[in-house]
Amino acid sequence: MLLRYRGGEGMIAWAFHRISGVAIWAFVLLHVVDIYLVGGNPELYDEVLKVYASFPGRILEVLLGAALLYHALNGLRIIIMDFWPPLTRYHRALWYGCWAIFIAVGLPVAYEIMAPVYGWPEFFR
Amino acid sequence: MQVDLRVLRYDPERDSKPYWAEYLVESGPMERVLDLLHRVKWEQDGTLTFRRSCAHGVCGSDAMLINGRNRLACKIRVDQLGRRISVAPLPGLPVVKDLVVDMEDFFAKYRSVRPYLVNEAPLPARERLQSPQARARYDDTTKCILCAACTTSCPSFWAQKSYVGPAAIVNAHRFVFDSRDEAAQERLEILADKDGVWRCRTVFNCTDACPRGINITQAILEVSAAIVERRI
Repeated sequence: MLLRYRGGEGMIAWAFHRISGVAIWAFVLLHVVDIYLVGGNPELYDEVLKVYASFPGRILEVLLGAALLYHALNGLRIIIMDFWPPLTRYHRALWYGCWAIFIAVGLPVAYEIMAPVYGWPEFFR
Repeated sequence: MQVDLRVLRYDPERDSKPYWAEYLVESGPMERVLDLLHRVKWEQDGTLTFRRSCAHGVCGSDAMLINGRNRLACKIRVDQLGRRISVAPLPGLPVVKDLVVDMEDFFAKYRSVRPYLVNEAPLPARERLQSPQARARYDDTTKCILCAACTTSCPSFWAQKSYVGPAAIVNAHRFVFDSRDEAAQERLEILADKDGVWRCRTVFNCTDACPRGINITQAILEVSAAIVERRI
């Protein structure tokens, strides 16, 4: 039914929230494992860090940043409506506002993560 | 013009699973999906089964999944949908036959919130007076026609059938915020349950599906806030 029902912006916002939430949870599991390696197997930890710094690793890092940013912004949107229910009338506008902030914050972050791969100048290091 | 009408049909006594039946129906752009269903039933296949009563958006009998969204067949017109129209029963409820679903569980949840005025005080000589402002507090939720379009559009309900659902919460809201009612606390206790308001995920499908334009999500959040405020 989830794929058959043609919901509006609210349903898409909720679906992205769920998907990004699961992605963040998967990263947290991975993070627990790699932090464990610092003490458990330092050589393997260095290898894992190399994977993170590689091109595919950085793409995943950009996706992680996107998931975190979206989940945080949409979470704030939901919290705002929880506290002020009349704002539910503007839930679409709030969602588009989330996307505006997502792009404004996300693009520079994605640039910064990918810059070393392409030899672009880095502004925040 | 000719409309390609697809109907998800299922007769539990004959069919092993639901199937899409296709009908070519002559229609004008201002005709409604209910008119098309009537034309199929009266002119092509008399076995097609669906509910309808007033046919003017008041009784709420003919809520269906039309082109992927819950709507009333008597309110949605062909020009709003195009020449290819699909009609299926309301999602998440057991199908009795074709477009008819079993609403018993839906109405049981509705009844569970005591959707009527509770006031044990002696009857006044004429009426229980209420200011226009107090009446306006719950005006939006008086419009519910119990069509079930909201509850059956809710992903939380699809996943957890024990969820009381938006329609029951809307009807609780109608009395919780009625200044003449005395059972608000009791209704809030019922809705504070794990299958009450907390299952709402602010998806807005219910609000989008409501044929009466009720801001259902706002009503649910107001009931949630009332539960929290009374507990602090």
